[in-house]
Amino acid sequence: MAIETLPEPTIPITRPLRSAPELLTATPVIAAAAVCLGLVIVSAIAAPWLSPHDPLLLAPAQRLKPASAQFLLGTDGYGRDVLSRILYGGRISLLIGLGSAVFSVGIGLMIGLVSGFFKWIDAIMMRVMDGLMAIPSILLAIAVVSLSGASLMTVMVAITIPEIPRVARLVRSVVLSAREEPYVEAAISLGSSLPKIMRRHLMPNTIAPLIVQGTYVCASAILTEAILSFLGAGISPETPTWGNIMAEGRAYFQIKPSLIFWPGLVLSIAILSVNLIGDAARDALDPRLKQRGGGQ
Amino acid sequence: MLGYLLRRLLAAIPVMGVVTLFVFLLLRLTPGDPAAILAGDNATAEQLERIRVSLGLNEPLYTQFFTWIGRLAHGDLGTSLTSNQPVLKLIGQRIEPSIAIAVSTIVLSILIAVPLGVIAAWQRGTWIDRFVMGLSVIGFSVPVFVIGYVLIQIFAIDLHWLPVQGYRSIAGGFGPFLERLILPTLTLSFIYVALIARMTRASMLDVLGEDYVRTARAKGINEAGVLLRHGLRNAAVPVITVIGTGFALLISGVVVTESVFNLPGIGRLTVDAVLGRDYPVIQGLILLTSGVYLGVNLLIDVAYTLLDPRIRY
Repeated sequence: MAIETLPEPTIPITRPLRSAPELLTATPVIAAAAVCLGLVIVSAIAAPWLSPHDPLLLAPAQRLKPASAQFLLGTDGYGRDVLSRILYGGRISLLIGLGSAVFSVGIGLMIGLVSGFFKWIDAIMMRVMDGLMAIPSILLAIAVVSLSGASLMTVMVAITIPEIPRVARLVRSVVLSAREEPYVEAAISLGSSLPKIMRRHLMPNTIAPLIVQGTYVCASAILTEAILSFLGAGISPETPTWGNIMAEGRAYFQIKPSLIFWPGLVLSIAILSVNLIGDAARDALDPRLKQRGGGQ
Repeated sequence: MLGYLLRRLLAAIPVMGVVTLFVFLLLRLTPGDPAAILAGDNATAEQLERIRVSLGLNEPLYTQFFTWIGRLAHGDLGTSLTSNQPVLKLIGQRIEPSIAIAVSTIVLSILIAVPLGVIAAWQRGTWIDRFVMGLSVIGFSVPVFVIGYVLIQIFAIDLHWLPVQGYRSIAGGFGPFLERLILPTLTLSFIYVALIARMTRASMLDVLGEDYVRTARAKGINEAGVLLRHGLRNAAVPVITVIGTGFALLISGVVVTESVFNLPGIGRLTVDAVLGRDYPVIQGLILLTSGVYLGVNLLIDVAYTLLDPRIRY
């Protein structure tokens, strides 16, 4: 008796993008975003070597100088070199972006894992998260900074708190669907310890969405830091951050708009690059979204 | 329906409770003497005592909380530490410009973003789609104040079409009011258009793949009818939802936009409160905006029933 062979699968098998370089060169736009972000990061790290002047040096005689060979982007109202301040400013902005992303993802992951697993904790935690989400993030951050004083750590905490509920809700939704999977039920019935189930079976499911969410949090944190500094509720004004440079530029906007436009441009490029890379990561890690058209 | 409304209202109470508890504890749990934090480094002993009495800081924590909640229930949001005026009165004096910008931004954004999203989904993969999505990513990435200053530079300083900054109350005539509202509204609309257009496109793409859309096309209904009657009506629920969740974003945007355009609204009140460490004002603003946020989202839940007859409570 002839044995019928199974037909060839008709569903095209697509290979997911596996490596970071592959992801970052998927389209020309993403490659450009990766290059821009790379340049911003390198220039921030190498600021002490790249900066032509001391970003804190006050030189009243050089106030509001236009762009020249000596000051490539001109000087601000205190005679400080704008280019040097922008280069140094990137350090604080990127540090806050990265720090807030790491903290909010870490804390949100813990809350989400526990909430997704214990119903009674879930009921309380999600009400707390709903409450935090109802407070406009800028007002929440302003309240924290105005009470605790404006240091790098306070600003980072102030930006992290409003981001935690978004991460926690995401992790919780992943855990809620993953815990119904047979492999989790099997692990429970085999008597695996709870930390082991969380670490081995639940956490791996959250990695892909968390990478995507982390990039969005990073972009949003850089933006919020700039807004806080701009409103006068950020890190002390003499510290060069992109928001501080723009906040100081407000007073001179009508005579020297470049004090706002140059840091604004660099800030926008940095946030745009992080957002585009986040979109690319989402499309690569969750191809369903791309097929549905949610992606770029 | 009434039962549903009641249930939703009841569900909003614990959320608002968390907001009030958070706002209450934030001041009390910050390391150091709360009165000293608020009064600043150069405060005299009398000033410290005045703040302690005004905020009831000498009482035990639970007494402070229940006294505070009792006052809130009577509409007393506290007294400003810098101007000694009731917080609610201060907010009332500054609310008009903020409501004006918020409402005009929502209206303008919906008028621009929904058609953009529908067209992008309809022309999926073409340059129009890419343009709309590109615009949306840029809208998310460029800070509100940068957009504001670019618009001021172009339309007020270079072209002299519109005033640079300032506000005129609607009571002083509609023309001057509108003239000063155009640039702030355009500025704030950028991010909101980005948000709504993106959601409209994604939601429309979902709907346009449905069988009933194919059937509608097969019946020979013209494309506009397919897109609007069969497409947009079914895609509306997620779009309305994002308008509601984006409301917190809008409030944050209003604060920044008012600073850029020098508008005497609640944004300026916030900034002044931060500079003067006027915590009762910040606290009042947080409670009020969070309440408005919850109220708007409740209304949106009710709006679902009108938009989608399948949703019945």
